[in-house]
Amino acid sequence: MATDTIAAHDDHHHGPEKGLLRWVKTTNHKDIGSLYLWFSFMMLLVGGAFAMVIRAELFMPGIQVVDPHFFNSMTTMHGLIMVFGAIMPAFVGLGNWLIPMMVGAPDMALPRMNNWSFWILPFAGAILLSTFFMEGGAPAFGWTFYAPLSTTFAPDSTDFFIFAVHLLGFSSIMGAINIIATVLNMRAPDMKLMDMPLFVWTWLITSFLLIGAMPVLAGAVTMMLTDRNFGTSFFDAAGGGDPVMFQHIFWFFGHPEVYIMILPAFGVISHIIPTFARKPLFGYSSMVYATAAIAFLSYIVWAHHMFLTGMPVAGQLYFMYATMLIAVPTGVKVFNWVATMWKGSMTFETPMLWALSFVFLFTIGGFSGLMLGIVPADIQYHDTYFVVAHFHYVLVTGALWSIIAAVFYWFPKWTGKMYNESLAKIHFWWSIISVNILFFPQHFLGLAGMPRRIPDYNLQFADFNMISSIGAFMFGASFILFTYIIIDGIRNGKPAKARPWESAKGLEWTLGSPAEYHSFDKAPSRKAIEQESQHTSVA
Amino acid sequence: MKMMKTLIGAIFAIASTFALSEYTLNMTEGVTSVSQNIYGLHMTIFWIVTAIGIVVFGAMAYSIYHHRQSKGAKAAHFHESTTVELLWTAIPIVILIVMAIPATKVLIDLENTDNAEMTLKITGHQWKWQYDYIENDTFGVPKEGITMMSNLAQSSRDAIKASTQPEHYLLDVDNRVVLPVDTRIRFLMTSNDVIHNWWVPAFGVKQDGNPGYINDAWAKIEQEGTYRGQCAELCGKDHGYMPIVVDVVSKEKYKAWVSEQKAAAAAAAASASKTWSKDELMAKGEQVYNANCAGCHQKDGKGMPPVFPAMVGSSIANGPAADHVNLVLHGKGAMPAFKMLGDADLAAVITYERQGFGNTGTVVQPSDVKSGR
Ligand code: HEC
Ligand code: HEM
Ligand SMILES: [Cu+2]
Ligand SMILES: [Cu+2]
Repeated sequence: MATDTIAAHDDHHHGPEKGLLRWVKTTNHKDIGSLYLWFSFMMLLVGGAFAMVIRAELFMPGIQVVDPHFFNSMTTMHGLIMVFGAIMPAFVGLGNWLIPMMVGAPDMALPRMNNWSFWILPFAGAILLSTFFMEGGAPAFGWTFYAPLSTTFAPDSTDFFIFAVHLLGFSSIMGAINIIATVLNMRAPDMKLMDMPLFVWTWLITSFLLIGAMPVLAGAVTMMLTDRNFGTSFFDAAGGGDPVMFQHIFWFFGHPEVYIMILPAFGVISHIIPTFARKPLFGYSSMVYATAAIAFLSYIVWAHHMFLTGMPVAGQLYFMYATMLIAVPTGVKVFNWVATMWKGSMTFETPMLWALSFVFLFTIGGFSGLMLGIVPADIQYHDTYFVVAHFHYVLVTGALWSIIAAVFYWFPKWTGKMYNESLAKIHFWWSIISVNILFFPQHFLGLAGMPRRIPDYNLQFADFNMISSIGAFMFGASFILFTYIIIDGIRNGKPAKARPWESAKGLEWTLGSPAEYHSFDKAPSRKAIEQESQHTSVA
Repeated sequence: MKMMKTLIGAIFAIASTFALSEYTLNMTEGVTSVSQNIYGLHMTIFWIVTAIGIVVFGAMAYSIYHHRQSKGAKAAHFHESTTVELLWTAIPIVILIVMAIPATKVLIDLENTDNAEMTLKITGHQWKWQYDYIENDTFGVPKEGITMMSNLAQSSRDAIKASTQPEHYLLDVDNRVVLPVDTRIRFLMTSNDVIHNWWVPAFGVKQDGNPGYINDAWAKIEQEGTYRGQCAELCGKDHGYMPIVVDVVSKEKYKAWVSEQKAAAAAAAASASKTWSKDELMAKGEQVYNANCAGCHQKDGKGMPPVFPAMVGSSIANGPAADHVNLVLHGKGAMPAFKMLGDADLAAVITYERQGFGNTGTVVQPSDVKSGR
């Protein structure tokens, strides 16, 4: 590690290397942050394209576009790519870019490992996508890959899927270790833990979730691998195994995983709302404690995804109560955001619009989540479009929303340019209208009895499916505008001030715009830290 | 502005087409005490979250409207308040307890499957349901029970690629489950291959069928009628094509149905011991094939290589009969075992495969199947 830091110091006053090799060899947290962000954006487009295929097939009853097996591959790959390719890497990218600047560190603690954790990803993604070209087709067992559909009954390409999941897991664990090491060891000496901005706090806690959860996923796929190829029967009742055990292991990873995708989002929102409300974040310490509480609870509620697997009543009751409990710290967060807005002096620049709509729409997803946690009601909701609506409200208008908000908020800091504010506003309204046309009717479909993961349906579901598909195509098209705004901003944007949002707080705003290639080689002073802290009142 | 108008116009156009057609917005209340309790609970939580939503979103909206810079709002400086924070931790806890109490009651009731008056065993197969009525004196179900396979109806299968679909598209089967009204029924769920889930919304019954394990659920259906449902756990290619149709009839009609089934079973046993003509076998075989095999091997016998082999020119179908019988009875890899079908049905379908599709295999009789078991 010592040599790494020295190496990072060596090329100190030379800027970035010229040419393409810069990106291959880079150990600079800003470069790697950009790589992660661009990669995740590409994956978002790929996963989005699959979603368009799904929605095209579901546009009306009957089979028109793809056959049922390929449809299942589409939902599976859409889910996997969105979760592991788009959302998670995007947050790692944000973490890479922002955490060192926010804690006054010159770079990540382990810069070479940082390069490696990124460069694993494109290979893992390529392996996953290559399964489409294999005999028997791509995995078609859902992103949850329940055994025995994913073991005895799966196509041969499943072994490549397993390999890809292992690689993705490696990458995530290394990324998490790096963030923990950076926050704990590289933080400016004068910054106490309770001085840290919330994005840093939420990522620190997320890293512990990653380190706890990803090895469990690795265990699950390894057991699948041996069941498939080496004659074990972990998940095969005929050999003394249990298919339900697969689900326990999967969700022991899977539930923390959904919080891995939302905690950093909470962090982002906790930066944006105070800035545009011109008021310090309400309840800083309760935000930190609530995050820690959610993380802890996320480890003890996994079987709420499995209420119908034949669990004993006592188990159902325990998992129901524990799940309901998560609503408390999550509620605290939402209330704190509203209290931050309260009696502020708000303006509604694009990042704020995304943040406010996050609070609104994520809360709707939270409400349906609470409903799903009530076991008897879940009997009717489980595995229907109600669930699909629920998790898209928390993942799309939650996680993805916060990422887009973050991109607009820190865009000036990253690029030194301002994006086109009026186009960005049009993009916002277009997105928020279409995303609700897309996902809101799915609540009705689920309640009316439409199962998820089906390529075709009865006529009674036709209207809402058509509306949902129209919303999907509109929402899909919004990404053309988004791409234009970003590229136009990078190329033609007006130069940005060091602190483009006048009441933004945080050490990153004390740097230039764009932030220098090497920042904070001298740690910020206590005074600067105090001035930029989220919980001192705005001067 | 003009754009706004067109947009609003479009929304109204969509909304009015809607109003004309049939659609449902909410969960069904159903016809069992369980489903009605679930519905009640669902509405309770729905109104609770709606109320919370009105308060939270109302505060947000108020703040967005009044506390904006363009209205001259000056930012206050407060950033914590222990009282408020304690309050909004405590109030949600109370609300949650209020929700948990009825939820617990309903749950304990619906998980209690004791005192059943009859039992129906449900086995999921890729992609059809097997129903076994367990021996029952009250209704005259014999010791060996009644077994029945239920597949997607041919009318739905034919409409998959058609431009219009029938009313019960994908919610129709060849053999319906028949159950008596006002009877406490215990359902046992299991599976022969992957995990399936038997779901009839109107009963409030939805339970995974896990291979190698048995789960249970119960219902006492209060109203005669036809109820439909679907498999609710991804089970492979045709997961969307394994519906459930239940006819709920009076107890008398149910008894009559049971005796009909007994008679039919006796007739099938008799026909299994007789020798069938080739034409009889081919006619019966076509039906059995289309219902049970066409999902994978396709109606035209061309299969979906490389996963599902073609029947046309198959070495098994043109090879020794014993191998063919053995493969269909016991399965192989992703090819399911079909030993739950009767000897006559199996002989017919095997003959159909051996003599149809341009194949030249030998005719197989029910007795050949019997000795192959
Ligand atoms: C779930 C899909 C599925 C269904 C339904 C199915 N099969 Fe198969 N069948 C397969 C697969 C897969 C194989 C290849 C097995 C192997 O060789 O590993 C196969 C192989 C066969 C073969 C051997 C073909 C050859 O040339 O190797 C025969 C004969 C056959 N099936 C008959 C039937 C009959 C009769 C039915 C209906 C009663 C049926 N199958 C229903 C999937 C299915
Ligand atoms: C472009 C917008 C999107 C559309 C139109 C869309 C559409 C869909 C649809 C229709 C399904 C259900 C498939 C089915 O059950 O039959 C689905 C599943 C899923 N989506 Fe999305 N989605 C979008 C964005 C996202 C994003 C951003 C995420 C982020 C993580 C995401 C995560 C998932 C997951 C995890 C599943 C479950 C896959 C499975 O059933 O195995 N989606 N999506
Ligand atoms: Cu969960
Ligand atoms: Cu299914």
